[in-house]
Amino acid sequence: MDNSLPQHTNRQYEEELRGLRSGLLKMGGVVERQIADAIESLVERNTGQARETLERDAEVNRMDTEMDERCIRLLALHQPAASDLRFITTGLKITTDLERIGDNAVNICERAIELNEEPQLKPYIDIPRMAEIAQTMVKDSLDAFMRDDTTLAQEVIERDDEVDRLNYQIYRELLSYMAEDPQTIPRATRILFVSKYLERIADHATNIAEMVVYMVKGSTIRHMEKKKA
Amino acid sequence: MADNKMSTRDLRAFFHKVEALHGVTLGFAGNRVTAIIGPSGCGKSTLVRCLNRMHEVVPGAACTGQVLLDGEDIYAPAIDPVQVRRRVGMVFQKPTPFPTMSIEDNVAAGLKLNGIAVSRAERDRMVEESLRRAALWDEVKDRLKRPGASLSGGQQQRLCVARALAVEPEVLLMDEPCSALDPISTARIEELLLELKENFTIIIVTHNMQQAARCSDFTAFLYAGDLIEFGETKQIFTTPARRETEDYITGRFG
Repeated sequence: MDNSLPQHTNRQYEEELRGLRSGLLKMGGVVERQIADAIESLVERNTGQARETLERDAEVNRMDTEMDERCIRLLALHQPAASDLRFITTGLKITTDLERIGDNAVNICERAIELNEEPQLKPYIDIPRMAEIAQTMVKDSLDAFMRDDTTLAQEVIERDDEVDRLNYQIYRELLSYMAEDPQTIPRATRILFVSKYLERIADHATNIAEMVVYMVKGSTIRHMEKKKA
Repeated sequence: MADNKMSTRDLRAFFHKVEALHGVTLGFAGNRVTAIIGPSGCGKSTLVRCLNRMHEVVPGAACTGQVLLDGEDIYAPAIDPVQVRRRVGMVFQKPTPFPTMSIEDNVAAGLKLNGIAVSRAERDRMVEESLRRAALWDEVKDRLKRPGASLSGGQQQRLCVARALAVEPEVLLMDEPCSALDPISTARIEELLLELKENFTIIIVTHNMQQAARCSDFTAFLYAGDLIEFGETKQIFTTPARRETEDYITGRFG
């Protein structure tokens, strides 16, 4: 939904569309914080924080259901067309991606709790870097959604390569640890999982960015070799 | 477009000195459903009434430009408007059966009015075929002698479709054919459109945009006498090219 378009004649419809938009942004805010807290609980070895973050996932799930209901209600009652239709269907997909990101944050917390029970294998350097990029990707994909900004969406999509590169780097590093000392395998595989969760978060942010391009331009750029907006 | 059954070229319609259509150039593909949408007073009905020379029947009404049917201008001097109306049939907003006439006479009325003389057996065959094509046969086959007005609104509208089909037109114009019908009758008419397009070219005027989205292959958006956008229906309803179309189909202030 282009902000510059005039308002709908049906005020109720207009209000419901606005409600969906602000609800999705709020959900995005909660999810961003979940990623930050999950990584902090890992890096700071704070099991209490990890548990609190885990529990907050219920809030993300509740919002997911609420956003779905809003979208379904809009589709059922207003038979949206054109940009409204693209906005609502994008909303329906974004909420799923956000919910999955929330689940990945939960997984990071679970691994953090396990890792915190043993001595630290190595200082975390690449994981926080990767987390920061992934978190910014989520934030920017939602900003792009809010502002109909396909340029920003395209930037998000391009940043995914950096996350993939870091994921591979972490994998290689941990592999050398495991090869050298099999005792490290339980911890190294858990860190490897964390790296994979972050890589998935970045993928979900990429999905959101691709949907923003669809929403604004009406063209699908998903599943293409060279992603061009 | 090469496979257009009908087309208009710079069609302008007037009521006395007021120009209601400002030069519409549009093609209607054969064996397809084309929907014409737009707000009240935009010229939708005037446009379709120009397509079978019904517009000129209104006192003070006139039009310029060309309307081609199979490449031939239906406004050419040698053309008989009655012949045009036989080839380009019409169904109106409200069901308009002849109320006291029986169901079968309603269907056969067009034959008589067009001076088509047929045998009794041939007439019965055409009545049945037309009623079957209009998806009404099974509901009325046991009461063909009953008056047209004894049918429900939805049945009456299908009776009007049958009457229009009896003279074997090539194009069927439908001006808001479902606006007076309940949702089930509407669904039947919509289903009928999909069947009829195998044999006919259909042009439908509708205020119900979801109806246009569901039933038509192409959509034309008219606004204040101008053709704003024309394209494949799925494109018009998902990614319209023009801002005016976007505002109209999403229900925004213009």
